[in-house]
Amino acid sequence: MDQITFILDVMLPAFSNGLLMTLTLIAITAPIGFLLGVAIACGRVYGGKGLSWLMQLYTIFFRGCPLLLLLFILYFGLPSVGIIFTPFVASVLGFIFCNSAYNSEYVRGAILSVKEGQLIAAKALGMTKGQAILNIVLPQALRRSIPGISNEFIYLIKYSSLAYMITLVELTGASKLIATKYFAYNETFFAVAIVYLALVTVTTFGANALEKKYAVPG
Amino acid sequence: MTDEKYILRIENIKKAFGTNEVLTGVSINVKKGETVCFIGPSGTGKSTLLRCINQLTIPDSGKIFLNDEEVTHAGPRINYFRQKIGMVFQNFFLFDHLTAVRNVEIALLKVKKMSPKEAREKAMYELKQVGMANWAEHYPAELSGGQAQRVSIARALAMDPEIMLFDEPTSALDPELTREVLEVMKKLVIDGMTMLVVTHEMGFACSVANKICFMEHGQIKEQGSPAELLNNPEFERCKAFIGEFREYSQ
Repeated sequence: MDQITFILDVMLPAFSNGLLMTLTLIAITAPIGFLLGVAIACGRVYGGKGLSWLMQLYTIFFRGCPLLLLLFILYFGLPSVGIIFTPFVASVLGFIFCNSAYNSEYVRGAILSVKEGQLIAAKALGMTKGQAILNIVLPQALRRSIPGISNEFIYLIKYSSLAYMITLVELTGASKLIATKYFAYNETFFAVAIVYLALVTVTTFGANALEKKYAVPG
Repeated sequence: MTDEKYILRIENIKKAFGTNEVLTGVSINVKKGETVCFIGPSGTGKSTLLRCINQLTIPDSGKIFLNDEEVTHAGPRINYFRQKIGMVFQNFFLFDHLTAVRNVEIALLKVKKMSPKEAREKAMYELKQVGMANWAEHYPAELSGGQAQRVSIARALAMDPEIMLFDEPTSALDPELTREVLEVMKKLVIDGMTMLVVTHEMGFACSVANKICFMEHGQIKEQGSPAELLNNPEFERCKAFIGEFREYSQ
């Protein structure tokens, strides 16, 4: 089999299926991980003692636990206590826990960097604390979180490959299967590396554009 | 009841931060349309007093009434009172991510629930009143201090407040910018707004205030019309304080 046939008939279909799975994982994880991260950050900064402590515990646990281990627990461990997830659900859950924990720290830092006067002025106008956070603090904090959150997004693109370790065939998994079947390690892995590089590059440019779009003078 | 003619009543307000007693019992009544200026050395609780009025600082004891409704202990209803009590800060506190016009209309949209069209018209009207209509689309970082302060005055006025609190509105400004802000404030006085102003601008205080309160050690030590206070202060410290101003202005 020559190279062209290999690429067109074997690699392309396998990669596109794998890529579709990878993109699905990201498309579900990223928005939920983002919103959850913002909620956790708000809970830590503005919540009462109890809520703040609970959110901190969440962050400590899911940032502290290696992601691979977390996936193993979700997929291989939990069935013994009667909780059974498909590889897909276990992967998405693990990614969301990890993604939101990291995002919450980026957002929390950004919230703390917004000057206190912004909140005071909003309150003086008759806004509730919730309105002030939603309309005044978060729009400023989220702008400052864009670099951190896009960084985490890039991690997500790459650590989504860990799903293969709990039998979910995504991009890396698909390439591994082809590589071993056709004994074509270099070609396959280099090709898949280029696909990841493309995804990360698109993300980088997307993040830059987002930062530019929402930039505020001063 | 004689109280009815007072728009704002402050009764024996006390506030301590830790062991530092900032307000040691302040009482004052303000009539509708009156301008009251608070002067005195730094750290005597003037700003804290203003912040107690709209409960940005919660006093330890004492009561505050706006139109005979209690503002202290108002619970969630405090947001209703805060709409009636406009506040202008020394450092403007404009919302950094919003243009001037968005700064003025945001509370109209979110608090007063006006329609976008209504809010924009009202915001532009208020910006016009302070001479900032041409700067509507500029961000706070693109404005001079005087311009920013005028926008913040417009932002407070847009809520149609019954009284306005000014917390050292010109202390961060150079003399020229100070003048443009004071002009706007003078216009408000003429329009009949009830105003409480913490200031070091003796000239402004003397020319527009109905009453000047000299504060020291968390208390109003002396109060009266500008003429009474400036020409015949019985209180030694106030005389010295005002004397210093005179010395430098000569």
